[in-house]
Formats: sequence, structure tokens, C-alpha cells
Amino acid sequence: MKGKEGKGKGFGILVTFCAMFLFWLLLSGIFDAFHVIAGIICSAIVALISHDLLVKGEGEKMLSKSFRFFIYIWWELWQIVLANFDVAYRVLHPKMPIDPRIIEFDTSLRSDFALVTLANSITLTPGTITILVEPEKGKFWVHAIAKKPADALLVDKTMQSKVTDVFMEW
Amino acid sequence: MVIIDVIVTLFLAAGIFFMFTGVIGLLRLPDFYTRLHATGKCDTLGEVLIIVGLLLDHIYYYVYLLPEAPLSVKLVPVKLIFLIVFIFLANPTATHAIMKAAYKTGVKPWKLGEERR
Repeated sequence: MKGKEGKGKGFGILVTFCAMFLFWLLLSGIFDAFHVIAGIICSAIVALISHDLLVKGEGEKMLSKSFRFFIYIWWELWQIVLANFDVAYRVLHPKMPIDPRIIEFDTSLRSDFALVTLANSITLTPGTITILVEPEKGKFWVHAIAKKPADALLVDKTMQSKVTDVFMEW
Repeated sequence: MVIIDVIVTLFLAAGIFFMFTGVIGLLRLPDFYTRLHATGKCDTLGEVLIIVGLLLDHIYYYVYLLPEAPLSVKLVPVKLIFLIVFIFLANPTATHAIMKAAYKTGVKPWKLGEERR
């Protein structure tokens, strides 16, 4: 058990180091000895201190989750465009068709990353913003600007089912 | 006038339009929560459209037309893409944080038919 943990830690440090160093190279764009060595030192320090932030836990089914997440992002981008047209319509309409309300619902999500994804997705989609999240029960409080976006979360549950599919936490 | 200039201008104009609706929403909507709907959402797409415009402009003029430009100049589009990613992560999170702070300190949500605040 202990050996497995040690292996996970080394892997975490390595992944964080590679990510940080790649980020350094892309941002600096200068490949002389001084900048590259400074980059290696800085990435090593960051990787040693904060390796458990980026790579967490055992990471089971990581590949298929990232693949599902990649597909999900494109749907999410389309939702963002819809959200902006929705807000523009409500704001520029002379009568302002709004009817704000606060709704609550439960989900089966428990892991941090899944909760963050759902909360941010709700905020980015048309007419809804996450107010509170209770991680232990997977409970969400959401402010909706009208009845239609509220029903999309309460009745249709398209977004919840998509996120639970991505993270496989049914 | 090159075709890329037209495309870039269209992206910038679309971005400015969404930022503009955000400001109109900030002025017109009745309470704190609904105003956040306008500012929190329109900013995301507005900023991203402006950055995509700058990205295309930079790629055309400094990467495509000027092959002798130094690598650090050619890497600017990568930095702009990082900006887009971080805006998509940070913008909804910040909106949610402001919303949560308001809810916890007891700002009452506006209901249909009430006076605007």
C-alpha cells in the first residue's frame, strides 16, 4: 500500500513538472541555456510543493473520462453562445421578459472536478447561475432568470445527465 | 483591405456587441442577481470573441506574412489561447463566488412585480 502511494506521488511530481515546464517554454519562447535552466528549477520547485493539486487520487478510467470531457466541451461551447444570445435578447427586449427564481436540486455527483464542471456549466448556460453547492449531498442551489431555464434544469435534466455520463458517477 | 481584416473586424465587432449588451443589462435589470446574469455571461463570449479576432490578426501578420519573426513573437497566439482557457475557467467561478457572497449576506432576490432596486 505504502509503495503504491509513493509511486503515485512520484508520478504526480513528474506530471506536474512536465506540465509546468511546457507552460514555461510556451510563455517564454526563449530557448537559451539561462532561460531553460531557470525554467527547470522553477518547475521543479512548483512540482515538489504542489504536485497533489494537479494529479489527485488514483485516477482510474482517466483516459475515457478525458475523452468524454473533450466531447462535452464542444456542446458546452455551443451552450455559451446560446447563453449570450439569450441574455442579449432579454436585456434588449423593451419589456425585459424576466421572472427570476431560486431552485434547488440533487445530483449523484461527489468528486470535486465533477461538481466544479457542473457548477461552471450551469453558470455558463442560458439563464442560470449556481449560488451554492453542497459537496456531501451533491445538492445545488441555482438562480434562474426565468421559468424556461429553470425547467431545463428541474424537468429535462439534460446537463446533469451529460455531466454524470462524463464522470461516470451515476 | 485584405479579407483577413474583414474577418478580424467582424470578430472584434461581435465581441464589442456582447460587452455592450452586458453594460445595458447592468443598467436595465432590476436587482443584484439578475445584473450578474448580464455581466457574468456576456463578458465570457465578448472577451473570447475579441481575443479570437486578435489571434487571427496576429497569425496572419506575424506568423504567415513574416516568417523571419523570432520564435517568441510566433508563440503569442499560444498565449492568447491560454487566455481563452483561463477566461472560461475564471469567469463562471468569479460570477459564482460573487453570487454566493451576496446570497450568504442575505441580499433578497427580486421577484416579478416588485420595484426595481
